[in-house]
Amino acid sequence: MEDVSRLEAFQAKIDREEKIEPKDWMPDAYRKHLVRQMSQHAHSEVVGMQPEGQWITRAPSLRAKVVLLAKVQDEAGHGLYLYSATESLGISRDELLEQLHTEKAKYSSIFNYATLNWADMGAVGWLVDGAAIVNQVSLQRTSFGPYSRGMVRICKEESFHQRQGYEIVADMALGSPEQKQMAQDALNRMWWPSLMMFGPHDADSPNTGNATKWKIKRETNDELRQKFIDKTIQQATVIGLTVPDPDLNWNKETGHYDFGEIDWSELKEVINGRGPCNKQRLKHHRAAHEEGAWVREAANAYAQKQSDKKKVA
Amino acid sequence: MDINEALIKYCLRLGDDAMILGHRLSELCSKGPYLEEDIAMTNISLDLFGQTRMMYTTAGEIEGKGRTEDDFAYKRLEPEFQNVLLVEQPNGNFGNTMARQMVFSVFYYYLFKELQSSSNEKLAAFAAKSLKETTYHMRHSCEWIVRLGDGTEESHWKVQDALNEIWSYRHELFEKDEVDETLISAGLIPDTATFKSAFEASVQEVLDRATIEEVEEGWKSTGGRIGHHSEYMGHILPIFQSIPRTYPNSKW
Repeated sequence: MEDVSRLEAFQAKIDREEKIEPKDWMPDAYRKHLVRQMSQHAHSEVVGMQPEGQWITRAPSLRAKVVLLAKVQDEAGHGLYLYSATESLGISRDELLEQLHTEKAKYSSIFNYATLNWADMGAVGWLVDGAAIVNQVSLQRTSFGPYSRGMVRICKEESFHQRQGYEIVADMALGSPEQKQMAQDALNRMWWPSLMMFGPHDADSPNTGNATKWKIKRETNDELRQKFIDKTIQQATVIGLTVPDPDLNWNKETGHYDFGEIDWSELKEVINGRGPCNKQRLKHHRAAHEEGAWVREAANAYAQKQSDKKKVA
Repeated sequence: MDINEALIKYCLRLGDDAMILGHRLSELCSKGPYLEEDIAMTNISLDLFGQTRMMYTTAGEIEGKGRTEDDFAYKRLEPEFQNVLLVEQPNGNFGNTMARQMVFSVFYYYLFKELQSSSNEKLAAFAAKSLKETTYHMRHSCEWIVRLGDGTEESHWKVQDALNEIWSYRHELFEKDEVDETLISAGLIPDTATFKSAFEASVQEVLDRATIEEVEEGWKSTGGRIGHHSEYMGHILPIFQSIPRTYPNSKW
């Protein structure tokens, strides 16, 4: 009985567009949904450091190097911020990492694709961050306070990354023939996986359910995907690149681009651990974590000794 | 030696030290023992690349032949780089990385402290800016040496090994040749001999706090300042310079 009235009060608060804060009462399912979504988001930021991080040592100019370094550092910062926000729901970062390492938690499937030439550093910013922004702008209005505030901050940096990424692709597309070829190649490889980032069609989306009612999710997968496509096509055309979709067509009546069918079997494979880099990404993250164990133990032991000394004194 | 010639060489040496260490730290991206350390390492790397760019740009301006920061970073061959061997040493484990960083940062802390009163405005401004960054790098690495030394038995021995391996690479930082002598006599740079004992005392203080009793002396490093590098350098530059060398007709 009490739960019913609490649930009603909770829903009323959400309907009034008030934020839910960590200490407020919330239904278990709401908490679970958020932990799943926010930790997946945090893991994505952190695993996403790998495909870009591996190019830092090869950046073709000092300026490009510091821009990329700063970008990957921002991603680590977003990861940190999102882990902290998730911890406010009563789960520790150690537990979250454990879930990642045991494949109980997921991260965005886009990071299971390889980055093969320097234009990919542009394409990741332009397409991957571009797709992420569309989603995150929407999440700025999400009902959970810490998540919503995190998104406001993260969006500012992401839009900067997106512009930098586009600048790399544009410079290469308008550069030497080899550079143009690399830019087109990057677009060819990254386009469809970027569209998959928005998840399955609304009709097939298993996690939507209450997320809309609870205003965790404000727009549907298909709505967000369409927004991304509409804004990106023109950007590609301006720099002379071809989006690899023969069915792409401006639809005057809807005011949107029509596009070809996404290969959902590919997304399913990648999500279930069978993408090009799934094993590699997890192995890298686990190895760094395990290799760092002695450092974390040393830091804890030292901190313990210091606090023991204080107690004696 | 002509003062301008000496100044160009000096700027390139400082730039080369920062660039190669910046590169080493950038190799660690996404490999930190925890996320906070990952961020710290890329931060230090970013600072060092900032210093690199300032020094290469200054060298190019003094030289007056239109060479840019990227010409110095990407178009020179291994023997033309004049960084100390210390910065080429591999990252190894976290203890190795921090020990290398401590030796480097404590030295540069004292150098920049003096160099900020150089009569050369560019060098003085560069040193003042870099001193702030280096002070943070020094604190960060010294605190880690203390934590690791006085942490667990395993971390103690790991950091002891790391210090044994790296400590004698400090010698090269204090070497002087015609470049240094010319600039010291002109009052443009400090004589490193004036702060050698302060450098050693600072490190000793950290070692004491870290409960490290004695550090082994090894081969007295030398060669970097005349372009004789360690074997590691031949594995750094081919990666660093790979794209501009593969596509020489493209602009980046």
